[in-house]
Amino acid sequence: MATEVIAGQEISVDDEGFMTDPSEWSDDLAQALAKEISIDSLTEDHWKAIRFLRADYAEMGETATIRRVSTETGLTTKQLYELFPKKPAKKMAYISGLPKPTGCV
Amino acid sequence: MPKFDDDTDRKVSIILSKGTLDWATAMLVIGNAAVSEGIELHLFFTFYGLDAVLNKKMDHLKVTPLANPAMGMPNAIAALPGVTAMATSMMKKMMKKESVPDHRDFIQMVADAGGHLHVCRLTFDMFGYTKDDLYDEVEDVISAADFLNIADGGQIIFI
Repeated sequence: MATEVIAGQEISVDDEGFMTDPSEWSDDLAQALAKEISIDSLTEDHWKAIRFLRADYAEMGETATIRRVSTETGLTTKQLYELFPKKPAKKMAYISGLPKPTGCV
Repeated sequence: MPKFDDDTDRKVSIILSKGTLDWATAMLVIGNAAVSEGIELHLFFTFYGLDAVLNKKMDHLKVTPLANPAMGMPNAIAALPGVTAMATSMMKKMMKKESVPDHRDFIQMVADAGGHLHVCRLTFDMFGYTKDDLYDEVEDVISAADFLNIADGGQIIFI
């Protein structure tokens, strides 16, 4: 299993760089991960999505898709594409310390 | 860290020539995958595919087991009144179970994510439609040549 060092903390990651151990994640780490992918500060709306993703993963055992995040949090598709530009599904998962989503819709 | 590759110049264009729920959904699943990967997306609606962006028809797309051996129903039965409606209702239930949105919500979601919707000029004129008949998110009514210019340099998928 590969590891990476983000903001001085060693984290376990898969082949693509997504975290593999949710317990290594923290709010501070999320800020650091966000900076890594050019999201300089996490707003309330970012956190709304992140908190939902974390809770949903803990319950369902898989990463929520954009559609699911949108219907469950009330953040619109447009908002999610603005908050996590270009690749919202993967960026949300990355910052939340979860595997990339496998669902299509 | 993952390669997010935000500056990708990838482009996908999908032509929809069929007006049934199954094929329209196939277009939107691929299209949605494209936009969520940051890929530029163009959807081109032609012939019966236009039904997928007509205000009066888009909420009533159907799927039929007639002449569709994969659905496993003899044609003589598939042709009976009500069978298409029944098959459509079953398909919608199956899709809902997999969290696939209704067609209108799905196409809105792809448009909100930045997908571009184009309608075929020839079909539009041939069936005598007006701009008011078209779903709001349709950007323009363009010729086949215009479409090819837009799609140039990317991948084209024909459904």
